Amino acid sequence: MSTPAEATTTKRRVDAPLSPPWSQQGLLEVFSHRYILTLLVRREIAARYQSSVLGLVWSYVNPMSQFFIYYFVMGILFGRAQRTEAFAVHVFTGLIIVHFFTETMNAGTRSIVRNKALVQKMAVPREMFPVASMLVSLFHVVPQLMILLLATWIAGWHPDPYGIVIGVIGLLISMTLGTALALMFSAANVFLRDVSNAVNVLTNFVRFGVPMMYPYTLVAQRFGGHTTIYLLNPISEAVLDFQRAFWVGATSNPAHTAAMDMPPGLLWLSLRALLISLVVLAFAQSTFTRLERRIPERLL
Amino acid sequence: MKRQDDRSIVVRHVSKTFTLRYHRTIKQMSVAMLRQQELSNSFLAVNDVSFTVRQGESIGLMGLNGSGKSTLLKMINGIMRPDSGKVLTRGRIAGLIATGAGFHPQLTGRDNVYLNAAILGMTEAETRRKFDSIVEFADIGRFLDSPVGHYSSGMFARLGFAVAIHVDADIFLADEVLAVGDRPFKKKCLAKMQEIRSSGTTLFYVSHAPGSVRKMCDRLLVLEKGTLGFDGPVDEGIKYLRYDDDDDSDDPELNEESMDEELGADI
Repeated sequence: MSTPAEATTTKRRVDAPLSPPWSQQGLLEVFSHRYILTLLVRREIAARYQSSVLGLVWSYVNPMSQFFIYYFVMGILFGRAQRTEAFAVHVFTGLIIVHFFTETMNAGTRSIVRNKALVQKMAVPREMFPVASMLVSLFHVVPQLMILLLATWIAGWHPDPYGIVIGVIGLLISMTLGTALALMFSAANVFLRDVSNAVNVLTNFVRFGVPMMYPYTLVAQRFGGHTTIYLLNPISEAVLDFQRAFWVGATSNPAHTAAMDMPPGLLWLSLRALLISLVVLAFAQSTFTRLERRIPERLL
Repeated sequence: MKRQDDRSIVVRHVSKTFTLRYHRTIKQMSVAMLRQQELSNSFLAVNDVSFTVRQGESIGLMGLNGSGKSTLLKMINGIMRPDSGKVLTRGRIAGLIATGAGFHPQLTGRDNVYLNAAILGMTEAETRRKFDSIVEFADIGRFLDSPVGHYSSGMFARLGFAVAIHVDADIFLADEVLAVGDRPFKKKCLAKMQEIRSSGTTLFYVSHAPGSVRKMCDRLLVLEKGTLGFDGPVDEGIKYLRYDDDDDSDDPELNEESMDEELGADI
């Protein structure tokens, strides 16, 4: 089979320019590799439920169980359910955003380390992995939204266009900030595995630092006039936006609820939160770019 | 033709340093600091290496373990960036830098073929077109639709090799490709690599077996502790390496007969 060295070799002309072999990095570059991104996302989703009997049902079970725990402890035990109208919807709208955000952050943080086999063998933008984690989490938002829609419909939901717009902004905020933190922590986690533990701690803060288990009114009452810091957290706005979209319409007097339980100027607050998230994203990208060069050699 | 720039790979004064960490936890680090030991130290894996490869050349890369072969290959492949110096390549690169890149143990062979092909830069249409040929080459039979986690290491490697070899690349990197796989498969791989070579693809072949390098390559680079010790004709290079004494053990298979055992699971 072996041919002598020079004999049959045909000349091959390659028109491509002589250029550095590594891939262009950056978030935008990820979307020019859309095909790999889809495959990665599909792989994650398929692999998560491989050889489990219930499969996709688990992505309903997990948030549902959390919902029942919060509802029971905060609603029944602490008596919030009597004081807050449609408390179940209130918790669940918050839970969707919080769950999506923390999932993105947690899975994103581990994404590069977990995919080290790929990272060490292919020259693609490495932003791909945290972004894929975000998309996988986003995929799991869909069934939860279905449950939410059903619940709000039962509670007598009156959807309004402003609510829908602001709900979309809320989702955008959590997507942007989730991606930003996933990006930053995924690279940092390669160098120090402490990061994934720190992210777990951060997750707990997120759960209690947003108006999910308690209404925003409570914060406004207790820390009257000092809600600025509370609202600087973009996830607070994201949760409030989602509640404005779903929960407010499900209460008996939406106009009253919106005036009472939502901070004034929610739209501007949300746009500011989106802006903050974008700034964090820009910072995360620059951090990632700085760390990214040394990622392959630091992955064990 | 001579007038045209036919450089395929240009490596110019490339160096790469790795940091070795000794002390990972705060406790270990503070103890080390008290004892005034070094907290980290660095290691020059590739040291000022320069060479140019023309399109269609077939290069063997040899050197002892730890001489920087894989690091150099990873830089040519674009996975790692050099600390200093320049790496330039022309066209699509495919390679076998440890086969089975990114195979997900829980997914079936079929899904993994698509994923792996995408990683190597193939489009969906291209993969579909070559799918049958890939499967035929891998020869894994009805295991195609079971999770690759259940594959024997030989089957795993074969599937990875089959995908990589079907990429229509301008530069093909092969790093210790034939470490796994039984004798018939190794033969098949070498034949396929000859085919790739004769199609005008630049071939970069890392091996410890002088026999297969001699068959496959028309130029040899020898790395010694990160520096380029030799660049020239294959036979001279093998003499330089003093690898020629075990010349008779042609292919790597002799010392790897044990690997064939593992393929017992193969149908």
